[in-house]
Amino acid sequence: MSSAAEAAAAGAVRTSFKSGRSTRIWELAFKGCLASCILVSLLVLVVLLEQIVNDGIGSLSLGFLTDTPSRIDPASSGIGPALTGTLWLMLVCTVFIIPVGVATAVYLEEYADSDRWFNRVIEVNIQNLAAVPSIVYGVLGLAFLVRGPLSMGHVLLAGGLTLGLLVLPVLIVAGREAIRAVPPSIREGSMALGATRWQTVWKQVLPASLPGIATGAILSLSRAIGETAPLIVIGAAAFATSSPTGIFDDVTALPIQIFSWISDPQPEFKSLAAAGIIVLMVILLAMNAVAIWLRNRYERKW
Amino acid sequence: MEAGTQVAAAPGTHVLGARRRRWGEGAIKAALLLAAAISVLTTVLIVVALVKESVPFFREVGGAFFTGDEWSPLFNDPEFGVRPLVIGTLLVTGIAVLVAVPVGLGSAIYLSEYASPRTRRIVKPILEVLVGVPTIVFGFFALTFITPTILQDLLHLDVQVFNALSAGLIMGFMIVPTIASISEDAMSAVPQGLREGAYGMGATRRQVSTRVVFPAAISGIVASIVLGISRGIGETMIVLIAAGLAPSNGLNPVDPHATITGFMAATAKGDNPAGTIGYQSIFALGLTLFVLTLVMNMIAIRFVRKYRQVYE
Amino acid sequence: MIRLNGRAVTDPERAQEHERAVPGIDLGETVAETHPAGARTVTSREAVFKLEDVTVSYGGKPAVAEVSMDIYRNAITAIIGPSGCGKSTLIRCLNRMNDLIPSATVDGRVLYHEQDIYDEQVDPVEVRKRIGMVFQKPNPFPKSIYDNIAFGPRILGMDGNMDEIVENALHGAALWDEVKDRLDANAFGMSGGQQQRLCIARALAVNPDVILMDEPCSALDPISTGKIEDLMLELKEGYSIVIVTHNMQQAARVSDLTAFLIVKLDAEERHRQGRLVEYDATETIFTNPSDQRTEDYVTGKVG
Repeated sequence: MSSAAEAAAAGAVRTSFKSGRSTRIWELAFKGCLASCILVSLLVLVVLLEQIVNDGIGSLSLGFLTDTPSRIDPASSGIGPALTGTLWLMLVCTVFIIPVGVATAVYLEEYADSDRWFNRVIEVNIQNLAAVPSIVYGVLGLAFLVRGPLSMGHVLLAGGLTLGLLVLPVLIVAGREAIRAVPPSIREGSMALGATRWQTVWKQVLPASLPGIATGAILSLSRAIGETAPLIVIGAAAFATSSPTGIFDDVTALPIQIFSWISDPQPEFKSLAAAGIIVLMVILLAMNAVAIWLRNRYERKW
Repeated sequence: MEAGTQVAAAPGTHVLGARRRRWGEGAIKAALLLAAAISVLTTVLIVVALVKESVPFFREVGGAFFTGDEWSPLFNDPEFGVRPLVIGTLLVTGIAVLVAVPVGLGSAIYLSEYASPRTRRIVKPILEVLVGVPTIVFGFFALTFITPTILQDLLHLDVQVFNALSAGLIMGFMIVPTIASISEDAMSAVPQGLREGAYGMGATRRQVSTRVVFPAAISGIVASIVLGISRGIGETMIVLIAAGLAPSNGLNPVDPHATITGFMAATAKGDNPAGTIGYQSIFALGLTLFVLTLVMNMIAIRFVRKYRQVYE
Repeated sequence: MIRLNGRAVTDPERAQEHERAVPGIDLGETVAETHPAGARTVTSREAVFKLEDVTVSYGGKPAVAEVSMDIYRNAITAIIGPSGCGKSTLIRCLNRMNDLIPSATVDGRVLYHEQDIYDEQVDPVEVRKRIGMVFQKPNPFPKSIYDNIAFGPRILGMDGNMDEIVENALHGAALWDEVKDRLDANAFGMSGGQQQRLCIARALAVNPDVILMDEPCSALDPISTGKIEDLMLELKEGYSIVIVTHNMQQAARVSDLTAFLIVKLDAEERHRQGRLVEYDATETIFTNPSDQRTEDYVTGKVG
């Protein structure tokens, strides 16, 4: 090779595109760190579930679901009244949130002119309420339902309404999205035939947005079912000895029963608490599965 | 019937009827507005409830609420200094944030910049599950597993049964989905063009994530952290179960601490007839909590609006 | 040249008078000389709509300004023009669909059988019962074919056997044979052309007087378009049809009368508005228009 060519070869542009080793190490390390964040969360979830199942599986039995709790005999304790109480609470909650939540969503999407001040106040309010700590709702229930003007005492109706107010924003947001998803052409077609605004809403928009609203209702209830703090503040009975039969019976719920077992220092009750948690999580799992099934089966792609 | 033939119109059908249906529609709109007003009513009632009972409380306790350093409402000579409760709240929440910010942001960056669509489809539901776990379950886990197994056995820390550390740690994981999903939203909103410009210059994925996307999404990220803090401050069951009820001015996480929320719940459980200072203390604490979280939420919303404005 | 509303049918800006021609009287030899008998027959009928200086504004800015024209019974009236000239806006005035847009205001009078449909006392719902509309993109309801058609009669409380009403409507839209065995099937399963005929049947089911069509074929393939054009020609026996179309050939094929609108800058040269340029028998518009702008448009020089 001539000296000119040698010189050229010596100073030649590096044509290899492989990145340096240290770069690759840093890149991999970074990616690994990030992935480990997700894995850590996953790990916590898995360990949590495993521990709870371990602790509680021993106490789970059919009798557990129906027996009344007993302070002296853990072996025969059960969540019967608490479970019934939770079902009643969910019933009251549903009867409250569905009309109010759907009506609010319909109003905001179909009737409200967003320029007017009170409509914007309503929207801002819903956003704020979604961020209020759940215990404050308990205080609200305490002040106005349990005592105060209505003074109904710590009964299922008070508990159901309190939880309902807590989860109402969830349903309103889900309802609004479902209504908004219905294309305007449907409304135009209906009104062009001579239907009024309400006829269009009632007979076209709401039926079409029903799956989304139902999913929203289930999500609201799954939030409400696990809430403990508001019920504590209302004065939920820590120990229910009989299953409630009406909305004016003392309020009791599964999370409250679990909490009372957790608070008990005796070690036997730890297993009971875990078993109660298993039941609670199974119910939640079932509700979410139904919501997902609803969404996949009925949600329309416009 | 052939196409085009029209049934003869009834006589008089050309006359346009007057607005007789209006009143029905108006009534419906009014009813719907009433339902929507319930949400406004709720806020009003919350404020009324909190303030109404706090007034007599503050009249009796006065400034000692803010300056006192002992909270012991059940003693013969009760003290109502809120400082230990605030310290407890901030300590637990602080630990939670120390956990949640790296884990949450790390997850968010991974999901936004690194994950394949298949990975996202698997991971996002997992985060959703974490959101759905009731807080009483987290509290139980903290008390029965984190404290004995992790802290005492594994790490050999000298913790008590009730301690702020385990509550804070598990609260961190409760907050992770909040930070992760809002930050990931913010990062996804960063236009692809910004990334492409950087990649085009030969930046690595790590550099693009940390130096281009992260700063661009900072408003949303800050909003997510503020919201996470707000959730932590307002959380009751985890601290009630795992952190105990002993108000403490100290900052040692291995000791039990009481928080604002924890003490509210505990006081409400106790026997406090209306009109007593104990009853009123629930509302005074509630008012403090409400104001704290309201302020944090307003800050967060400002930040969210900022990041939305930049790209829309 | 036809005197259709008492003045030269060119840009109303130039006209001075507002005389209204009495159909059948002012139209003498002038008509016979320049137009085939068909046109005179049309304009000698009753005017279903009379538009007087109609201006539609969005947020105060006129989108289509000062249109005056008459729409005649049992005729197909086409509205053509370049995009942005306000054709859709104009046709939506006729059944008060513009009411659904909060910022829209309508000035001038729209007389339907001599009654101003924008009068304070008039209920828009009543207006829409008698004046049906078919939209550009077929918009069947997410229900069965049967329920799509039955929706109108049910909410309007029409008497009669619902099965009969549905069948008659489907016959009217030339759709009966294709769907008679699957009336319970979801309307979304039909092809685009069938869906549009379903929408026509849906409009027919409430027994309207007038059918408005806003570019009904623009989302359809040529064969479906042809079927609907044939349908229109049959429908005009029993109904009055107003059609907006951007397809000039379609207007030439099906309509009896054609109105041509253009886009102009307003007086301050700030905003674009639609204005009526010429309204005449279709044959005239396409073969011997009075206005140069019309000629430029229909011969394809512009727009």
